[in-house]
Amino acid sequence: MYNQLILLRVSKSSHRVIYLIRLKGVCTQSSAPGTLITLLPSRLLVVAAASSSAPRRVRFACGIHDHRRGAERYAPARSLPEQELRYPTMGVELQGYDFPVGVVEDGYLSDSEAFASVINVINGVRMAPSLVPQSNKEQYDYLVTVVNPGKRIGQDDEALMATALKALSRAVFRLDAVYHGSLLNNIFMSSIWDYGLDARNALLELITTLATVPDKFLDNCLYTLLHNLRPPSRLKAPFNQSKRWLMRKEEVRREVYLALNCINTLVPLAPARLKILIEKCMPRFTEDKYVLMTYVEGILGLERNEIGKFLGSTVLARVVDLLIDLDVNIPWEDILQEEPNKGIFAIELGECNEDDEYTTIPNMDTLGLVKNTFADKLDGLMVVACEHLKSCSESGHLLEVFERLSEIFQRAMLKLHKSKFTQFLMFYACSLDPDTCGLKFAIMLTDIFISKDEDPDSRMKAIAYLASYLARAKFIPSSLVASILKRLVDWCFEYCQLQDSWVNKISPQADRVFYSGCQAVMYILCFRLRSICDVPQLKQLLFHLPVDSILHHPVLDPLKVCLPLIVQEFLRQAQTARLFKKPMAHSYDNSLESEFSKAFGGIQRLDMFFPFDPYLLKESDRFMRPNFEFWDMVKTTYSDYDSSEGEDSEGEDELKDLGPSNFPKDNDDEDDLDLKIDKMSITPNPSFLHQIATNFDQSSQMPARIRPSQSPPSPRHGFLYTKKEERLDDQKI
Amino acid sequence: MEGLRVAEADLVVYVHPSKSNQVRRAVLRQLSSLLFTHDEIFEGVVLAYEVNIPSKRAKVISGLIPYIGVKIKANLLLFSPKPSMLLGGKVVKLGKESIHVVVLGFSSAAIMLEDIREEFKYKIKHGEVVFASSSHKRHVIKAGSMIRFQVKSLDEEILHISGSLLPSNTGCIQWLSKHGTEDGSYADRSLKTSDIQREMQEEGPLNTTTGDKSPNKTHKHKSKKRTRGDR
Repeated sequence: MYNQLILLRVSKSSHRVIYLIRLKGVCTQSSAPGTLITLLPSRLLVVAAASSSAPRRVRFACGIHDHRRGAERYAPARSLPEQELRYPTMGVELQGYDFPVGVVEDGYLSDSEAFASVINVINGVRMAPSLVPQSNKEQYDYLVTVVNPGKRIGQDDEALMATALKALSRAVFRLDAVYHGSLLNNIFMSSIWDYGLDARNALLELITTLATVPDKFLDNCLYTLLHNLRPPSRLKAPFNQSKRWLMRKEEVRREVYLALNCINTLVPLAPARLKILIEKCMPRFTEDKYVLMTYVEGILGLERNEIGKFLGSTVLARVVDLLIDLDVNIPWEDILQEEPNKGIFAIELGECNEDDEYTTIPNMDTLGLVKNTFADKLDGLMVVACEHLKSCSESGHLLEVFERLSEIFQRAMLKLHKSKFTQFLMFYACSLDPDTCGLKFAIMLTDIFISKDEDPDSRMKAIAYLASYLARAKFIPSSLVASILKRLVDWCFEYCQLQDSWVNKISPQADRVFYSGCQAVMYILCFRLRSICDVPQLKQLLFHLPVDSILHHPVLDPLKVCLPLIVQEFLRQAQTARLFKKPMAHSYDNSLESEFSKAFGGIQRLDMFFPFDPYLLKESDRFMRPNFEFWDMVKTTYSDYDSSEGEDSEGEDELKDLGPSNFPKDNDDEDDLDLKIDKMSITPNPSFLHQIATNFDQSSQMPARIRPSQSPPSPRHGFLYTKKEERLDDQKI
Repeated sequence: MEGLRVAEADLVVYVHPSKSNQVRRAVLRQLSSLLFTHDEIFEGVVLAYEVNIPSKRAKVISGLIPYIGVKIKANLLLFSPKPSMLLGGKVVKLGKESIHVVVLGFSSAAIMLEDIREEFKYKIKHGEVVFASSSHKRHVIKAGSMIRFQVKSLDEEILHISGSLLPSNTGCIQWLSKHGTEDGSYADRSLKTSDIQREMQEEGPLNTTTGDKSPNKTHKHKSKKRTRGDR
């Protein structure tokens, strides 16, 4: 039996549209309440009971409403005379109709009778499966499919689903985990990406209400919401950049956050469960790149949200763990692939001038990562993470995030792993707020190095991080560097004082913390000596430090033990700057490493650990590059860059005298010397290293774009290389 | 508000040796892990604690890991709602079938339609969803109002309470405080006796020999706002 429907649309200012429906020509007494009238195949209409109170009111529930399409859709308007289509104001009883229509509440068109029918269906299966009558079961199954069609559906089906979900929202307390298992399963499996606004709202409302049922469904609800932060599986690559999709992504994300916030209001202890679920739901690093990026973006957005303050550092910790998983799976062979004999300076900066170092992109094809999926994923995730840090900084929350990040850094990066690129997250965070965060990071590392409570390995790693950080971070002012140097030098000096005078043998292993401290001081000074000397007060400070006595200590003799390349460069610069009272002759040892350095470095080769060596990931490089100091750009004390006469600083005159030309140098292999000495990021050729690496932990080496000059066999370096090989052979187990 | 009490407890906290230089911090952290979870020994949810470490000596437990057993005295604020207690909470959501309430800011409670007495009807007034009483015009429950309800059952894991608004002394606290005395006194007497009985049971000394986690003494937390004069 079809009835003519007139749909009158009444809208209020609060953006709610309330539909008044009049059913023309139906005598309500003859229709039993709860009768389903099907207007069109997919529309669900339920006749409500006529109430006995006067005036007789008829209320209806209609299964569909579509804000976008408008009211006309439902009214078979053509057949009706025009005056019957009216738009009365809200709340006024319609005049002149047989059946005054009551206002349907809430903008939801589910009325108590639609609700009642759904209740009936649910109650119908609330018994042992074998006892359920067939008709009940069929209705129930129908309801199950309505709730989650599982594929793309049309507007009508969606509207039907929305109604059913709304009705279920009111019936949550009658749902049982066992009897209604398949229904609940379907609800929790829904992916809200597929549906339009109304269906999404209805679904989220249902999930939010389900969460309030004591102890039964909270975890499932939270899980569903988290799961919906992933993109739908059917999304293929070309479509995921389209504008429409990006908008949809933002909408869905916002709705998920809203739903989580609602749950949080209703069940205040929900975040505790959410924390546990976040840890469980984190995707594995083997998943697809786009899924990883979308999910991590979503979850970091959650952290920025209100509910984030209840989650503590869980989200960041899990994200960093994911990054590290990817990081340690990037094999070293894929990293160092550059042409062996290419010019070294070119590689680091890619042939750019001092002026436009930011604009020229280095020649990434010849260097750096071979196409490696893990590196690719890590790259994408680093972009996401850096964007998150940037937006935190813009909204003023950087400090809290930084605190959490430092804690995570200490636990995950410092003590456990030696990651290749993940630590640049800290670098970037510091660069966003150099005065606070940059300072804190440096102080934290210094404190770890100096504290007696930490184990030697952590201390050595901390000092390696500190040295690399202070050397490479452009945004750190020289004054901070000077003050930290003072602390380090003071510590080393005290250490020297405590040495027993009767010991006359170098034991690198025992004093390894000291040697790593000395090496760090020298490394920092290689990069920063010039800029410190440019400021008179700092120069004074530096020159008053007992660097001389430490480095020339008769017993400990760090100059012999630390990495020769660094010692070399440092001495060259120190000589030029006249750091030491008396110039000393030091044999120019061109080797990268020595037996002693290996000994103090230990199994993990902490002597050659420079964590902030140039960054190799393409896309996220733009975050790091502006603040990163490349060796080529460093002004050394002997460099030519400052040759103008008008320099104000007094120390300049001295330096000018001691230009490079005054240095004894072999002009034949001048290039080699330059190449070798200016190589401040040191990582030997992996092929040569692998011989050692097989004996040690392979992931202990740091990558560098720069190839140290003696790495590949070449006629010029043959002599040195052979020598090294000999030493290697000695060391082979 | 019933269900809140302060208990003194003698506890022993086992501190891992790595934390031996920051014992107090470790003890506080251990106690913090008890917060907002229901504990069977305390028979309630620990809401707050105050710790006093009386002695500087502690026993080192022999075993694989030599934990340090630190004896402490703590005052614990416990929340232990039981069925048929009256609790007060803030309404956060009103649905057609249920009222959602948050008690003490952390425990969620839901009152089903069948547990709401007939006089309250679901209405929309001035665009706002309320449960309005049909017999008393001003008695209205809306989002944000504080209501008193009776506990029907308690789910201990997530601390969810099922409540009921059936007894006549339940409803909006503000309204009840002004008008509550009419029906209140009758209900009062019945509650009063049960209160007294409960008190007599609990006040017996609870001494245990092991001294591990034993609430030694409990005294009822007396709430300030008293509309029924319960004790």
